[in-house]
Amino acid sequence: MTLFLHDARLIDPEALTETRGNVVIDNGIIAAIGQMQAPADAEVIECGGKCLAPGIVDWGVKIGEPGERHKESFRSVAQAAAAGGVTTVIARPDTAPAIDTPETLEFVTRRAAQAPVRILHMAALTKGREGREMTEIGFLRDAGAVAFTDCDHVTTSTKVLTRAMTYARALGALIVSHPQEPGLSAGASVTSGKFATLRGLPGVSPMAERMGLERDLALVEMTGVAYHADQITTAHSLPALTRAKAAGLNVTAGISIHHLTLNEFDVGDYRTFFKFTPPLRSEADRLAMVAAVAEGTIDVICSLHTPADEESKRLPFEEADAGAVGLETLLPAAMRLYHAEQIGLPELFRALSLNPAKRLGLPQGRLAEGAPADLVLFDPEAPFVLDRWTLQSKSKNTPFDGARMQGRVLATFVAGQKVYNYDT
Amino acid sequence: MAFRARHLLGIEHLTQEDIRTVLDLADKYVDLNRRTVKKTDALAGMTQINMFFENSTRTQASFELAGKRLGADVMNMSMATSSVKKGETLIDTALTLNAMHPDLLVVRHQNSGAVDLLAQKVNCAVINAGDGKHEHPTQALLDALTIRREKGRIQRLTVAICGDVAHSRVARSNLILLNKMENRVRLIGPPTLMPSGIGEFGCEVYEDMREGLEGADVVMMLRLQKERMDGGFIPSEREYFHRYGLDAEKLAYAKDDAIVMHPGPMNRGVEIDGSIADDINRSVIQEQVEMGVAVRMAVMDLLAQNLRTERGRALVEGTYV
Repeated sequence: MTLFLHDARLIDPEALTETRGNVVIDNGIIAAIGQMQAPADAEVIECGGKCLAPGIVDWGVKIGEPGERHKESFRSVAQAAAAGGVTTVIARPDTAPAIDTPETLEFVTRRAAQAPVRILHMAALTKGREGREMTEIGFLRDAGAVAFTDCDHVTTSTKVLTRAMTYARALGALIVSHPQEPGLSAGASVTSGKFATLRGLPGVSPMAERMGLERDLALVEMTGVAYHADQITTAHSLPALTRAKAAGLNVTAGISIHHLTLNEFDVGDYRTFFKFTPPLRSEADRLAMVAAVAEGTIDVICSLHTPADEESKRLPFEEADAGAVGLETLLPAAMRLYHAEQIGLPELFRALSLNPAKRLGLPQGRLAEGAPADLVLFDPEAPFVLDRWTLQSKSKNTPFDGARMQGRVLATFVAGQKVYNYDT
Repeated sequence: MAFRARHLLGIEHLTQEDIRTVLDLADKYVDLNRRTVKKTDALAGMTQINMFFENSTRTQASFELAGKRLGADVMNMSMATSSVKKGETLIDTALTLNAMHPDLLVVRHQNSGAVDLLAQKVNCAVINAGDGKHEHPTQALLDALTIRREKGRIQRLTVAICGDVAHSRVARSNLILLNKMENRVRLIGPPTLMPSGIGEFGCEVYEDMREGLEGADVVMMLRLQKERMDGGFIPSEREYFHRYGLDAEKLAYAKDDAIVMHPGPMNRGVEIDGSIADDINRSVIQEQVEMGVAVRMAVMDLLAQNLRTERGRALVEGTYV
């Protein structure tokens, strides 16, 4: 089947350009881009000058299966992803039980097969994410694990981590880590500073993230493994990251959209929907991170989608679960950076689509002839007030409830199939 | 009447005028409490429930007495031994109690912000009797009343707060109140017991106690929790007393007429020398306890008035539930 997308503002994150033109999709592949006429048998979709970009590759999504299907199922996560312009979901292994055996991975892969968007899985780096014994990295990789991570559990034993890294390097496997010095961050629920003191909440210094990163980078230098730091959220970490990249280490870094658009004061009067791991940072850190994404020091923006039910959030701040859903707010929140004239659209989609796909060795994430036709059509200007009860996710824990946002997904395509269409 | 708040959750939400209103009314209750017949009917017919998720003898007794003297029916719930232990959430506990139609809830909880959370779910007046490391507003108000009665004013004074500021909700509430009332606040303690970002609060921070006490009108000592004494935050009890314990020699750096305060319970020989605590010319620690009952009566009286006004309005508008 042939699809003809007429008159779109084409966002190309590879060439870093925006041009006006048409796209021909044939058999799920982008067949042509340019000023051509519609092929004779093509179905024409009128884009009306709205933005067309490669679909978002959201790296680090928590799906509640197995174990917590009441928070998010494969069905609901796929609907939320499609509605958010996310065409590839890279799922986290911090499920119950963790995805740490080929059997569990096969189960979730089977569950994911029906989804209208692409869902790929990361596997745990150590059994049960306990930091003691490495998982069957080889088998898991053969079964389709795209990367290995213990998520927010820091492997405290450097010996275990070194061996896992060395073993992973031999297999060419990518390790994803959450840099943090757990001795300093234990028990903390916000970033230390005036706000933490005012609210009487236990805080962690942003330095704990830098310490964790520096340790990891030393081990990367030692083992030569491919390494991705999933959450780099403070300016204190940037020099180390820049140095590692300049030294030619195989290192990339990411950040969640929440850390780019919110700061520590948003917690306000103990609003648990603003509780994150790592916690929200100062405004100075937020601005430094936005600049780091714009210039490419930070490679990836993700939603860090973490569904939590009402019960786990309606608790005193320290006891409440951390995390927020983000699949459906990732694009409009990212548009805040565009409207603030801090990052251009091609640079944004470089971090949202191109870089994560490239890093994970996936062919999507590009607006180029021959690339998979995973696309998002959106209006960066369309204003709306977010109502959390309209979200497709089973869990409604978004920090943007009631927020004025700009940027609406109009349609989402996966392999040339329209999987979401916004009805006005 | 200036005081319009629905709840008393923290000093942070009060204005200078609110604070003066509470203190003025509390002065009247001090007089009442010194009479033989101490009862009024300000809270007659109302129900006050004291929910203490953290054990407390002094504060709970003070609130209980305050409620009874105002004529309320007072019930104490010791939450440390109740269904909370059986896994009931704070919200469910709050909703259960709310269904019994209390008028005043006095809550102490070990988590910062827990009282705020609870206040969102009930339709009575809530008083924060201490939440985690956040606030303890009635303590700051009773301290302010004590200072005002001793010094004749609660502004343009130099107040030194000494000890474990990091873990103290008393210190936070006092710092906010004293700043609001335009005093000069000094914090004294080892850097391990100072909270982060404290330099941004508009107060002076001292690591040397003698420097910090220089010329102070008021010296507030804080309690050092036993579990923080060994190695974790300070090397030892005796080194702490040597450097930060209040004795006659260090107190001599403060003004000659400086008063000494302590929220209690005291660790004699740890943060304060016994002879200073008992010195009737300097120590106002017993007065603080007396002011505590009066201030709590004033706060509950004001909140009850607001509650009546609100319910009256709801009746007229037909929205009363």
